[in-house]
Amino acid sequence: MAELKMIRGYPEYMRESIELVEKTREERIRNKEKEIELELSMKEREEVLSKFHPDYAPGGKRELRIGPNKGDIVPNEVADILEAWPALNPDDVDLSDIDYDVDILVIGGGGAGTVASLWANYEGIPAENILLATKLRHGDANSMMAQGGIQAADRPWDSPIIHYMDVLGGGHFANKHELVKALTEDALLIMKWHEELGVMYDKDENGNFIERWGGGTSRMRLHSAKDYTGMEIMRVIRDEARNRGIPVLEFSPAVELITTEDGEIGGAILWNMETKEYYVVRAKATVLATGGWGRLHIRGFPTTNHYGATADGLVMSYRAGARLRDLDSVQYHPTGAAYPEQIVGLLITEKVRTMGATPVNKYGETFVFPLEPRDVEASVFIRECYARNNCVKTPTGMRGIWLDSPMIEELRGEGAIRKNLDAMYRMYKRFGIDMTKDPILVFPTLHYQNGGVEINANAQVIKANGEPYPRFFAGGEVEGGVHGKNRLMGNSLLDYNVFGRRAGISAAKVARNSGKPGKLTLKHVKLFTKEVEKINVPMWRKSPILLPDYRGKRVLARKIDLPVLE
Amino acid sequence: MAEKKKVELLEVDSARIMNEIKKAASPPEEVEHWVTIYVMGKPYKVPAGLTIMKALEYAGYRYIRGAGCRAGFCGACATIYRKKGEYRFRTALACQTTVEDGMYLAQIPFVPANKATYDIDKVKPSPNVFLEYYPEIARCISCNTCTKACPQELDVMYYIQAAIRGDVERVAKLSFDCIQCGLCTLRCPAEIQHYHLAQFARRLYGKYYLKKSPFLKERLKELEKGVFEKGFEMIKKMREENPEKVKELYRYLITKGREKEKKTVENTLKFRGGD
Repeated sequence: MAELKMIRGYPEYMRESIELVEKTREERIRNKEKEIELELSMKEREEVLSKFHPDYAPGGKRELRIGPNKGDIVPNEVADILEAWPALNPDDVDLSDIDYDVDILVIGGGGAGTVASLWANYEGIPAENILLATKLRHGDANSMMAQGGIQAADRPWDSPIIHYMDVLGGGHFANKHELVKALTEDALLIMKWHEELGVMYDKDENGNFIERWGGGTSRMRLHSAKDYTGMEIMRVIRDEARNRGIPVLEFSPAVELITTEDGEIGGAILWNMETKEYYVVRAKATVLATGGWGRLHIRGFPTTNHYGATADGLVMSYRAGARLRDLDSVQYHPTGAAYPEQIVGLLITEKVRTMGATPVNKYGETFVFPLEPRDVEASVFIRECYARNNCVKTPTGMRGIWLDSPMIEELRGEGAIRKNLDAMYRMYKRFGIDMTKDPILVFPTLHYQNGGVEINANAQVIKANGEPYPRFFAGGEVEGGVHGKNRLMGNSLLDYNVFGRRAGISAAKVARNSGKPGKLTLKHVKLFTKEVEKINVPMWRKSPILLPDYRGKRVLARKIDLPVLE
Repeated sequence: MAEKKKVELLEVDSARIMNEIKKAASPPEEVEHWVTIYVMGKPYKVPAGLTIMKALEYAGYRYIRGAGCRAGFCGACATIYRKKGEYRFRTALACQTTVEDGMYLAQIPFVPANKATYDIDKVKPSPNVFLEYYPEIARCISCNTCTKACPQELDVMYYIQAAIRGDVERVAKLSFDCIQCGLCTLRCPAEIQHYHLAQFARRLYGKYYLKKSPFLKERLKELEKGVFEKGFEMIKKMREENPEKVKELYRYLITKGREKEKKTVENTLKFRGGD
């Protein structure tokens, strides 16, 4: 690109569009109440989704050819890793030499895994009989990055049933009843628990939570801690896990589950990414809390997700015979950063819209109700950018529409952004943009795995035949069913707390009441390998992939492995 | 408002659109501007405009440690650097900082720091609570190095001073945006472990200073009595027997709900004296 003249963080040519946005701002603020008139009917929603949502556009998905969900349609990138060769060769492992023999193995050190460990401990399982194994550091997870908030129906004119209906409608009525009921009822127990742990929620002087709108909700029930809600909850529960001495193994992801001769889950093989040695973990109960799939960059989209979001849990549990659901549906967050290049794809919390910022096009025109469910909102953005061409193009070719953040200051008074959206303010400031004075450019970004490993209300994982595994549980983004085909804002923090807790309690029950699992085996990996042999998969395609690869093309072209220093 | 018709029927090729999006989001094929950075002393030519993290990856490094959320929330990518010819020692987050020509970079893979353990239900916030759990704060020499090291630009030294005075609220509020990268702790000549202390303060504040929600308390009583069971049963039945009716109900609740909520909240807030 040629040297561009930059004015307060934006190239000069983008300033022309910003001026148009400024011109219409006053009128838009006056008519803020009327934005609801742009809300789409159910039929119109279907129309934009079918044409502009990446899930509906042809060419992005294919049928699974092997495994429990054979015949189901999933994104190509997901099919690639589900149908890949197991990275671990079972013959390299000696299962008789057990490194960790524990009551409960928790796989994944994000929100769900931490909550599960804590509740197992509350239920009487001594900390030293729990092992939390994680791929990166404890707390390196999407849980840490969630900004907007957590939903709970605590106000007298709200109710868990209304919360349920919002979840159901947002999820296109595909949600599993028992899970949504658990989610919306337990929400209240979780808020109580967080109060006792000392989570610093935004509250008024009487102790009531300050609650805001979320997209696709009929009540204001979004509880937040500035725009660091996820970080605040995650660091508190991690601190509590440290106080209680829960043992944590970092940089040691599970690479394969261990099954037993009697068809159960009996632990996992961990792999120390630094020393490259493996560990055999035998556990009376295993909790899967490995998170989602954002780093698979489905359909080439940028992502809001953390570095390790590579769907390892789906891969491992699929090989062990678990049933997956709703994996055809991918959540794209409507507002990812589209400019500057350094932060493309990063999350611009929905709270920016709930605080009053309106999405506007290149000409400063309002074109959408700001608080549609995420899939609808994202589709309308794509339509505005790629069909109506009312978008701004960045120097690197990204297209985006404006999120008129200065409106927040006008509507809620000067300083409202620093007070409520400091993380966002700070991020833009680092790259020379002042979002209190100028709008920010956004485009949909890959955000969430709506479906996952199917569970029941006890957080037990469901086998292909519909029966639950007695010793295998899941919580958080890896599991599916609760959000149906589309998750609403504020329900993922809630999800990992609710089902992490239930998984921990259920796992503790098993650990208390059952002996050691049966004879350990990796037979399922060998059987799965036989299936892969039948469908012509390239030899280099192996999974779980553990981490994405962003190395430069030139380096990779010259990279050789010498048979020394291995 | 911009238009009357909310959804124009547009004839589009959605597969083509997806390909265009993919192309726009991929790294550009040609690089016009380059900078030279020194990764632990070794020079690499990388495209200008990348973050330190992406530049290292471009140069061929594959992170195991040193990369977490990649968005400025987790503190995994704490980085120290100097620029060629400058005496000044600088700190940054690799995922939130653009590379500059002549940077000498090193990333911190791990920060050894002791966290005091405590029982949050038993510990009581007293004026000496911080000196009891983190006595080393008394050694603070007010040099402000911690504040200068903070990539979040927090007033770290001020909150340590507040901790010495036992001001829980001030520590909690000043440290709220802390991402626990540990750079303050690494730089401190008095060997204070700021970020662990700050975590302790925030939990004390959240638990003992913020009032418990009265609404939540009431709602939990209702939940315990099982007042919602009947409603959930009804919806379950309706979903099985008459899915169309469920959709209608949803539509009704969401439209009417939004209007009603606005009025209720406005009135209640007036009643309660504002947000």
